[in-house]
Amino acid sequence: MEIFDSLLNTFETGSGFWNPIVWLVAIIIIFLIIYIVRGFGNKNYKKNTEQVKSFLSGNPEYEKEKMHIKGSNIYWGFTVSLKWIFDNLNKMHTENTSDYVLWFIVIISILFLVVGLI
Amino acid sequence: MSYLDFILQHSPALIVAIPLLGAFLTPLVSKINNKVRNIFVILIILITTIIVLLLASDVFAGNIHTYVFGSKDLTLPIVRILFEVDAMSAFMAIIGSILLLVSVIYSWSFIDKNSGLDKYYTLVLLLAAGMFGMMLTGDMFNFFVFLEITSIASCALIAFWTNKGKSIEAAFKYIVISSLAALFVLFSIALLYGQYNALNIAVLGSVIQFSYLDKIALVLLIAALAMKAGIVPMHMWLPDAYGRAPSSVTLILIGATQASLYGVFRVCFTLYGNTINLSTASIGWIIVLLGLITMLIGVAMALIQSDFKRLIAFSAVAEIGFIFLGIGTGLTLIGNNQMFNLIGSTAMSGGIFHIINDSLDVGLLFLVAGAVYYATRETSLDKMGGLARNMKYTTIFFIIGLLAISGIPPMNGFASKLLIYESTFQLNPILSIIAILSSIMLLAVFIKVFHSIFLGPALPKFKEVKEVPKIMLFSMGIIATIIIFFGLFPDLIITNIIEPAVNGLINYEEYIRQVIPTFAGGF
Repeated sequence: MEIFDSLLNTFETGSGFWNPIVWLVAIIIIFLIIYIVRGFGNKNYKKNTEQVKSFLSGNPEYEKEKMHIKGSNIYWGFTVSLKWIFDNLNKMHTENTSDYVLWFIVIISILFLVVGLI
Repeated sequence: MSYLDFILQHSPALIVAIPLLGAFLTPLVSKINNKVRNIFVILIILITTIIVLLLASDVFAGNIHTYVFGSKDLTLPIVRILFEVDAMSAFMAIIGSILLLVSVIYSWSFIDKNSGLDKYYTLVLLLAAGMFGMMLTGDMFNFFVFLEITSIASCALIAFWTNKGKSIEAAFKYIVISSLAALFVLFSIALLYGQYNALNIAVLGSVIQFSYLDKIALVLLIAALAMKAGIVPMHMWLPDAYGRAPSSVTLILIGATQASLYGVFRVCFTLYGNTINLSTASIGWIIVLLGLITMLIGVAMALIQSDFKRLIAFSAVAEIGFIFLGIGTGLTLIGNNQMFNLIGSTAMSGGIFHIINDSLDVGLLFLVAGAVYYATRETSLDKMGGLARNMKYTTIFFIIGLLAISGIPPMNGFASKLLIYESTFQLNPILSIIAILSSIMLLAVFIKVFHSIFLGPALPKFKEVKEVPKIMLFSMGIIATIIIFFGLFPDLIITNIIEPAVNGLINYEEYIRQVIPTFAGGF
């Protein structure tokens, strides 16, 4: 019984609290409400007709296999706008073992400077 | 004395000895047949896990275990090795044993078609012995020996798929980095031994003066072990190694990486604990800064990856940043009792809780990556799609991993990140803003993976793809269950496991008193 009680304890974080069980119950209730509201939707649409096809501004729809957006294209805008950051990061990751050792020496040097000043 | 008490008394030695003995027996058992060998290895790890849990339950109740190999009279100048298991060591050993157990179960199907499996399992058990040794030892030189055992076994396992040039290259890079780190650790130990004529962590911790030589040793130890833990900018070996090793090996490598992370914390909190007011604020801030850079660069690099395993590896780097941020915040404030009780202890709890959460979340995602590779022989995100239709259970496990690593409630990652956000916000709001930003970017990274691999139309080339064998699903299920359990009942885990581990780490005086009962602490 004691273990069961401790399972339901609210987790105190110091400045706040967190109870996943309460959160879970709230989520279940929200989903139930969504499900009920969904039930009021129009059920009279016609399957396998133009009604269920996606509208691409009048352009022809490609085959489904060709419509899949590849991993490298996702967040294209984000990566292009921050290209200078990603270019520098890629430059840093040379995959050359000598550079790995160089970074180690750089960090040791910085640590020596900081700890030496204490 | 009952059998249970006997096992408990000798448990620190047994946890290392059983996998070590198992490693040497595995080639012999392999002669019988493959099935017997697999059962044998699983049994070895299962027995070790049970002993770890037994020891941990006793340690968490407040009993630090000290185990002496050699003379028990500690005043005699005789060469001896001492294992000292406090709550932090036991906590780390639990993580290691979970990862190992899941890995050997997963391996049963994942690599069953490969040759050289007797060597594979021998190396896995050697790696287990080395990893547990690093976590349980109370001796610096012994720590170095176990670090070497772990590195050599890991290197051979990374190169297990010898037909792939990239695996050999990753293993080469790993051994170069590991050897370099180990040499610097050895040099630091020599500096300490030369000054204090001792190798025992508790003895060294009781006499350390923070002299110039001690400072040099501290820098070298932190830098070497942080590199082994994958801290930016010394992390570059990690995506190579994690990305090229078989997924079952990557899971154990996570444990080995965490053992090095444990080494950093043991050095900062216990070995140099006695000089705590002199050094910790600056060291704490260095760790915080390294944590921030690690998070940002890790997640930014993950975002632009197109290889599934390499992407997870960069996310693993980012996750280590969260751990460093939490524990660094605690270390910054440890000299100020009032602030530490107010903020620091929460940050430490968050950081330490995140060690186990990171291991489980990243581990589950690597197992999913392994399952996808097993089914499709593909790791490129650009060449996959629509796999949710063929691999329903793997998709569910991926979603659990995605939610957990991104810190979405009610998964385990949320609870530990919440502690880190709250405490770092009180230290400096910018720290928590960067942490939250990194977490959001992690979510974006894995939504990209989810879309690329599992969503979209069914691709003709994957028409015949089937769900992975049940034993692999079972392995993923074990980790997913623990993730959900930790997420739903964080208070239970924090109170019974994390808080004792935090106390174990910060109460260096208690650790030292197990070896030197007269130690009063401080200067």
